[in-house]
Amino acid sequence: MQDDPAALKYSRMKSLWEYANPKKFMQVSGAMLPWAAGLSALCLVVGLIWGFFFTPDDYRQGSTVKIIYLHVPAALMAINAWLMMLVTSLIWLVRRHHVSALAARAAAPVGLVMTVIALVTGAIWGQPMWGTWWAWDPRLTSFLILALFYLGYMALWEAVENADTAADLTSVLCLVGSVFALLSRYAVLFWNQGLHQGASLSLDKEENVADVFYHPLLVSIAGFVLLFFALVLLRTRTEIRKRRLQALMNRERMG
Amino acid sequence: MIALLRRDLAIAVRAGGGFGLGLAFFLVVVVLVPFGVGPDTATLTRIAPGILWIGALLACLLSLDRLFALDFEDGSLDLLATAPIPLEAVVGVKAVAHWLTTGLPLTLMAPVLGVMLNLPGQGFVWLVISLALGTPALSVIGAFGAALTVGLRRGGLLLSLLVLPLYVPTLIFGAEAARRGAEGMAVNTPLALMAGISFACCALMPFAAAAALRVNLR
Repeated sequence: MQDDPAALKYSRMKSLWEYANPKKFMQVSGAMLPWAAGLSALCLVVGLIWGFFFTPDDYRQGSTVKIIYLHVPAALMAINAWLMMLVTSLIWLVRRHHVSALAARAAAPVGLVMTVIALVTGAIWGQPMWGTWWAWDPRLTSFLILALFYLGYMALWEAVENADTAADLTSVLCLVGSVFALLSRYAVLFWNQGLHQGASLSLDKEENVADVFYHPLLVSIAGFVLLFFALVLLRTRTEIRKRRLQALMNRERMG
Repeated sequence: MIALLRRDLAIAVRAGGGFGLGLAFFLVVVVLVPFGVGPDTATLTRIAPGILWIGALLACLLSLDRLFALDFEDGSLDLLATAPIPLEAVVGVKAVAHWLTTGLPLTLMAPVLGVMLNLPGQGFVWLVISLALGTPALSVIGAFGAALTVGLRRGGLLLSLLVLPLYVPTLIFGAEAARRGAEGMAVNTPLALMAGISFACCALMPFAAAAALRVNLR
């Protein structure tokens, strides 16, 4: 029986879906949260201090190059947060696990803050380097549009009173929004030529950022990923507790 | 479906339907622009296609919150949902009715306002074509936004926050096509891309909008 691949796959799937049970999720996430938070703090402290104080200045950008340790990880997480919301929204629409919908809700403000961090650090870097705080560059513009999508998504969550209706509507919005966010990304490429440099961290490229900068950057990316993970866990736990409190209050009113 | 289309058109055109309101809004926006940027004709010529596109887009947005709200309040949306035609078709018909009462008149009115903004002569035909191809997308995307916010009290404000970012690709390609047309360049690429977006929206968005409506009617 164990050798049957379908059955094996099913048992694995089942073990994954077990975390959709709020009780199980609360147990596991409660145990994981201090570790995630601690590791993220450690990675951030090491990555940022290493990056800020123990790397050389760039020969053209001077010490402004060091903003990369905030800018790049934040931008990375801004996009991945939306991806995570897309996946959890799909899970909610298909399998109707409440934890999944709540995780999507929890991720949105974190993603928005990451987007804003990326935009603000970019502006601070752009002022001495490009001589302007803001340019209508494709990358900058698509991040601004992404921030608008986050805002709309969060506003819709706030506006709808019934929790399940809100989860359904925001999930549909997330799916449609993803398509349009992608469309906008390519539309703005068509619309204006860029000032922003190309990708310098791709795995398949010849010319990337130098190793001196690359290693602390990896550490701080890990720190941001863990930070995002910890914040989403924390916020999802809060949402679940809020939901439980609501249920208790409803029961009391009934009784 | 034809009956529904007739009914929606009749409601929109008769008193209280706000048929002329969008057009008047478009006119006012275009009149206000020279006050904001100054009466210099060279500047106006340069920005005319973009202003006309943005004005049309905002005028389109203005009437969106009535798309489903009235029917939702008096309960006819429930009847439509249980009617023998699929809800997707209802959404499609309502979007068509919205386009016929806002998108089409806006398209026809744009050249008149183009004269006021000193649009070059060669730009008129491309302005009309780009609006004619682009406004259906605005109506269908708007129908999705209206379906999302139909049951909400402050729906109108939220609607604009949700719908405007979705308008970005259509606006970029549409205004680009109109601008290139006005400057006498080739318009094929932006026009083809916008037509693609427009047709894809018309084909797919009714399904998303109907899904949102079903949630709201539950």
